[in-house]
Amino acid sequence: MAKHVIEIAGLYKDYDTPAGVFPVLKDVNLTIDDGEYVAIMGPSGSGKSTFMNILGCLDRPTKGEYMLDGHSVKSLSSNELAKLRNKTIGFVFQGFNLLARSTLVENVSLPLVYAEDQKELRTKIAKNILERMGLGNYFDSKPNQISGGQQQRVAIARALVNQPRIILADEPTGNLDSKTSDEIMKIFDELNQIGNTIIIVTHENDIADHAGRQVRFLDGKIVEDRHNKKQKEKA
Amino acid sequence: MFFSMLSEAWHAMSANRLRTFLTMLGMVIGVGAVVLMMAIGEGAQQSIKRSIDSMGSNLFVILSGSSSSSGSRSASGSSSTLNMNDATAIGDLEDINAFAPISVGNAQIIYAGNNSNSAIVGTTPSYFSIRRWDVESGELFSDSDIRSANRVALVGKTVVENLFGDEIDPIGKTIRIKKSPFLVVGVLEGKGQSFDGRDQDDTVIVPITTAQRKLFGNQIPGSVRMIMAQAKSEKYMGVAEEAINDLVRQRHNIRENAESDFSIRNLTAMAKTASETAKTMSMLLGAIASISLLVGGIGIMNIMLVSVTERTREIGIRMAIGAREKDILLQFLLEACVISIVGCVIGVGLGLGGAMLVKKMIGAEILISMQSIVLAFSVAASVGVFFGYYPASKAAKLHPIEALRYQ
Ligand SMILES: Nc1ncnc2c1ncn2[C@@H]1O[C@H](COP(=O)(O)OP(=O)(O)OP(=O)(O)O)[C@@H](O)[C@H]1O
Ligand SMILES: [Mg+2]
Repeated sequence: MAKHVIEIAGLYKDYDTPAGVFPVLKDVNLTIDDGEYVAIMGPSGSGKSTFMNILGCLDRPTKGEYMLDGHSVKSLSSNELAKLRNKTIGFVFQGFNLLARSTLVENVSLPLVYAEDQKELRTKIAKNILERMGLGNYFDSKPNQISGGQQQRVAIARALVNQPRIILADEPTGNLDSKTSDEIMKIFDELNQIGNTIIIVTHENDIADHAGRQVRFLDGKIVEDRHNKKQKEKA
Repeated sequence: MFFSMLSEAWHAMSANRLRTFLTMLGMVIGVGAVVLMMAIGEGAQQSIKRSIDSMGSNLFVILSGSSSSSGSRSASGSSSTLNMNDATAIGDLEDINAFAPISVGNAQIIYAGNNSNSAIVGTTPSYFSIRRWDVESGELFSDSDIRSANRVALVGKTVVENLFGDEIDPIGKTIRIKKSPFLVVGVLEGKGQSFDGRDQDDTVIVPITTAQRKLFGNQIPGSVRMIMAQAKSEKYMGVAEEAINDLVRQRHNIRENAESDFSIRNLTAMAKTASETAKTMSMLLGAIASISLLVGGIGIMNIMLVSVTERTREIGIRMAIGAREKDILLQFLLEACVISIVGCVIGVGLGLGGAMLVKKMIGAEILISMQSIVLAFSVAASVGVFFGYYPASKAAKLHPIEALRYQ
């Protein structure tokens, strides 16, 4: 039996708003195995991004248990969480969240800065991955000088640069045309093939069909969790 | 790691050049002011110390004429109520080591068409030992010169410069003081400025008897303008002053409540006061300048706070991809330190330039000590750390998701 990478039990997340406590996640339970390819679906506002932020160790749940690699995230210090975000988890944000003042190479190599790699090595790795993303001509451009689709690819490149085992992507193809989407999904497929755990939020069935498992959120709860028989044959 | 953070700090600063420059300006002015003020203050202290050293130690000057009635201070020493016998009597006191009667005046001195208006001091050879003043070449005059009122003279360096230039050896030459000829027997070593600002080297010293009889034309024979007396040690200066006062009052038959016709000045105490005043002044200058440094530091804090708020999203992104609190803290702290240290370097340069300018324009003595520069640097660095720390820790404590959501 495969190892559990992620175990979520009885997870709640409330937001304190001026209008009172606003529950977003209500008793979420989910276990994901090493090497799984999961698509998270559901209508807008159902709590998908909130859930992903907790998975990515960016936010803490109000209540409930989150075990990552068998360790309770609750008990980790902020330094240990930072290290997880840097090395173990690659996060692709729903917005691109790139540094506007920095070049693409600088943006992509930023996680390596915090991993304390040498500058020459950082630049080499960053350029290499940008080339694979088809951005070989834009090394020294700023994010506002390239298209939205290109920015999304930079964001993906940055998430992958430290070779994380777990990749979390919040609507990574939301801003891409279908051809580019296919190219991006190919990257995720390949990453999954070499054993990475991948969790993708998407609205599109077409994209979700890349995943072997589909989880549907509605109103802060998981309403469907099924094996995907239609998972596209990998080339 | 450190270098890439440094270059990033530089990046962030050059992204907002005008703001960085203005923030830095506060630091530049503060450090510049500290360096300049310390240079002036220490220069003043140094010049006072030098003139005190040149004065001689444990000295009293007894001046003819009363000084207690207001406004007559400048007139003291002008009427000659003291005489040679008073001087001898003072010299016989138990706590007094040495004494020298002095007659002073100004006169025109001529040599071969050059002339100089210098101070003329008539005194005895003990004057030289009291003031620790020796000849640089030639020799001092002797007691026999006093007895026979010889026309011999010792000249100070400034007088030599004015009358003889560099070429001529003054010794053995004849100069004219108030038209009467004097033989130059020695050149005095340089003393520099006295602490009231006179050039002590612009002086000609002659035997007191010669001065009395042939230069100043005293009405009362044997009278002197002042007497210099040296106490045996600093400890007995108080006792000695009292003894001198009693002695001279008694000799002049002054009744109990009547005003003295002379005054005593404790030069050593005056010198001490002067040096303490200079010290206080220089500390005060430094303190005032430090306030501008403080203001500069507050400016840095202000800008760093603005910068943290503006870059909240950036901080969130950095945290999301693995920056630890420590990294964020260091990043902003480094930025504050770079601003304050670069400002400090410019400020030191400006302060030194200003000090040179002051020296040139008003001729004040300037002392630039390594100490003051090191002090300015360390203060600037600590200002950077101190005022940068709060904004930086504010940045480091941000919650990643909230920071990311910040618009
Ligand atoms: N910081 C917050 N404070 C208050 N409410 C919040 C906050 N963040 C999210 N919410 C609320 O939580 C709910 C779920 O938001 P979330 O971003 O997780 O939705 P989502 O499923 O990702 O939607 P979408 O598909 O549009 O991205 C929304 O109703 C939103 O209003
Ligand atoms: Mg979302």
